Amino acid sequence: MSDQTETKKTGGLRAAMSGTAGITFLSIVLALIIGAVFIVLSDPAVQEASSYLFAAPMDTISAAWTAVFEAYKALLTGMIFNPAKLSSEGLVGALKPLSETITMATPLILGGLSVALAFRAGLFNIGAEGQIILGAIFASFIGFQFDMPLIIHLPLAVLGALIGGALWGGIAGFLKAKTGAHEVITTIMLNWIAIYLVAWLLTKPAFLREGRQDPISPPVNPGAEYPTIIDQWRVHAGIIVAILAAWFVSWLLNRSTLGFQFRAVGANSSAARTAGMNVSRMYLLVMLIAGGLSGLAGSAQVLGTEKSLTGGISAGIGFDAITVALLGRGNPWGVVAAGLLFGGLRAGGLNMQTATGTPIDIVLVIQALIVLFIAAPPLVRSIFRLPETGSAGFMQTAKGWNG
Amino acid sequence: MSAAVAPAPEEALPEVDIVPPVPRLVKVLIGLGVFAIVVFGFFTDAGKEVTFQLTLGDEALALPDVTLPAKISAIVFSVIALLAAIGALFAARKERALWPYTSAFGVFFILGFLSWAVAGGTINLVGLLQGSLLLAVPLVFGAMSGILCERAGVINIAIEGQLLTGAFVAAVVASLTQNAYLGLIAAPLGGLFIGLLLAVFAIKYFVDQVILGVVLNVLAVGLTSFLYGRLLAPNQETWNSPPTFSPVAIPVLSDIPIIGPILFNQNIVVYAMYIIVIVINIALFRTKWGLRVRAVGEHPTAADTVGIKVNSVRFRNVLLGGLVAGLGGAFFTVASVGAFGKEMTAGKGFIALAAVIFGRWKPLGALGAALFFGFADNLQSVLSIIGTPIPSEFMLMTPYLATLLAVAGLVGKVRAPAADGIPYKKS
Repeated sequence: MSDQTETKKTGGLRAAMSGTAGITFLSIVLALIIGAVFIVLSDPAVQEASSYLFAAPMDTISAAWTAVFEAYKALLTGMIFNPAKLSSEGLVGALKPLSETITMATPLILGGLSVALAFRAGLFNIGAEGQIILGAIFASFIGFQFDMPLIIHLPLAVLGALIGGALWGGIAGFLKAKTGAHEVITTIMLNWIAIYLVAWLLTKPAFLREGRQDPISPPVNPGAEYPTIIDQWRVHAGIIVAILAAWFVSWLLNRSTLGFQFRAVGANSSAARTAGMNVSRMYLLVMLIAGGLSGLAGSAQVLGTEKSLTGGISAGIGFDAITVALLGRGNPWGVVAAGLLFGGLRAGGLNMQTATGTPIDIVLVIQALIVLFIAAPPLVRSIFRLPETGSAGFMQTAKGWNG
Repeated sequence: MSAAVAPAPEEALPEVDIVPPVPRLVKVLIGLGVFAIVVFGFFTDAGKEVTFQLTLGDEALALPDVTLPAKISAIVFSVIALLAAIGALFAARKERALWPYTSAFGVFFILGFLSWAVAGGTINLVGLLQGSLLLAVPLVFGAMSGILCERAGVINIAIEGQLLTGAFVAAVVASLTQNAYLGLIAAPLGGLFIGLLLAVFAIKYFVDQVILGVVLNVLAVGLTSFLYGRLLAPNQETWNSPPTFSPVAIPVLSDIPIIGPILFNQNIVVYAMYIIVIVINIALFRTKWGLRVRAVGEHPTAADTVGIKVNSVRFRNVLLGGLVAGLGGAFFTVASVGAFGKEMTAGKGFIALAAVIFGRWKPLGALGAALFFGFADNLQSVLSIIGTPIPSEFMLMTPYLATLLAVAGLVGKVRAPAADGIPYKKS
């Protein structure tokens, strides 16, 4: 009874906050607050002021406020818009942070789509990292080995990335379909195999840049590069590929027969089998497509952002992609939004690091916390004393190793 | 049921025709033995010699170096390995224990491999094995953490994060107090922190455990790297210069030739590892506690029916796992390198996970797998100095490839505890 009266009394806002979108918003807020606590506790100025906390408590509080305000201000100006550059470099300079955000977001969106698609079919693709590497290997090789006009070269290199990633994802899918080997285990192992594979390739004359000792390939030829819009901006046509991929995954899942089968297998594989679907074939197909999407993320790295293959080409994107897929709740357009947010955090984090000395790693903490909170709506509701909606949390339908 | 399919009376069963199926593992070993003879035997230079050193040089009882013609020793060792594999075949037929044959196979296969890979050079077997054991230490601790969690039915992918936080806390505490022992005592708290999050979110909020593990690893990397950049890196002197443990020789035991320096002239963390593996193995399979843990991991509903509090058992085990992995994390700082470095565990937690699976969720199995992975890792760095026919990257892949083949069923069926990863909701 008391619950009901409270819901009535407090009205729509709290009920709305208790829903999916509200929980997402509150999770982000909570994560930023905890991130702020870490920034304050580790700030040298705050530590100094806290040594005479009881003599002048306001000093500590103001130092804490300054630390958090400056850090998050730098994070935000590094994400979207930098007004300080407006007078000297004009709109192009001021909007450069947005270009960085989209640049960082491109592979995250593609990787996130890969994880999300597999997730909808009931599979955990922890292997985006390895699939990105394989995609990058294929794309870069096509990119620097041949010299062709853009109209042929770029699609060919992108296709190479697609095939490379699909190959790596396909191994996990094949093993799952044929032997029942759990995809989480196989994809984790394949990640590391890919990491050593690229390290080995970059010691070979076929891949190592002439005159270099450190593991880096020759730069891809201009014909294979994703075109850019404005020279000063790094944002490249890879984002168009990412948006098209989101549209494709959305169409696949919601409009196609294959997507229906994927979702059926994801919802209940035994029921899908009983209904006459070839579940093994679905596992193989979904991992092929998911791997291909991650491979495209690899193409965004080598054909757009980095322009050559290095040992660290995946840069943890494969693991961030998992958090992106979770924040996007497995929904393709949600993944796009989540990718933009986390891409922004990556771009802004770099700016924060140079401007205030706050290490960019705090971004990882914030990202992890966001996902943790989203995964446990009851926790968020109890922190903000929100009413229960009874809606089951996402990511709470667990399967075991044997499932 | 009709009479036709009713089971025949027992005495009518033919006795001779029942041949137990040959395990796939044995077939693989025989294949590997043939492979060894062909590759190691025929691709070794006939003129070269290989020298095996059996002492580190400071033992009381000095064993002489053994120098053999490389090609002949490669062939002989490979043939003995093949014979061991064939012995395993007969043992399997007679349903006898396989492990004496498989371990003999392992030893001689590796000797054959070394004859081929080191041909023309010298390799110190004692040093190689001593280093292998050291590299296996964090893997063993991590794997024990995994076993404690997964035997109770909670998947632990966050081993990497637990090792990392353990290493971090050990380094900071040991630096601030300038006492390695205090660092070692504090390290488990680092792992406990991640273990606590794993337990709360998995058991209380039913969050999917695979996702949770991945996210907790990201959190651990983020937190330790952030604090490293903020506190440790600018003040290396006070925050990040922990003292380290020196090896302690156990009297008498450390004087045994070959085995002594490998097993009994190590630092305190290694000895702690021996104890923990033995304790966990006995506790899991010989005590009431272990029976309860396994019941909760295999069939929680049944366990609940007989009055076992499923979720408290799980909660305790996940915390315990966190403590153990945290202790293993101390190895990275106070027992080897000293200073903490960003992401210094470098995937060791995932190799530990591989060891859990490869060792089939058994402490001794995981120990064996971890030792094998440690050996592959050390062999790789030793061989890269001597110069070898195999690229070091492929040696580094070994743990992952082996596990991939294991879960794909190449060496028999790998089965996790039945309820591993499935939250228990009392209805």
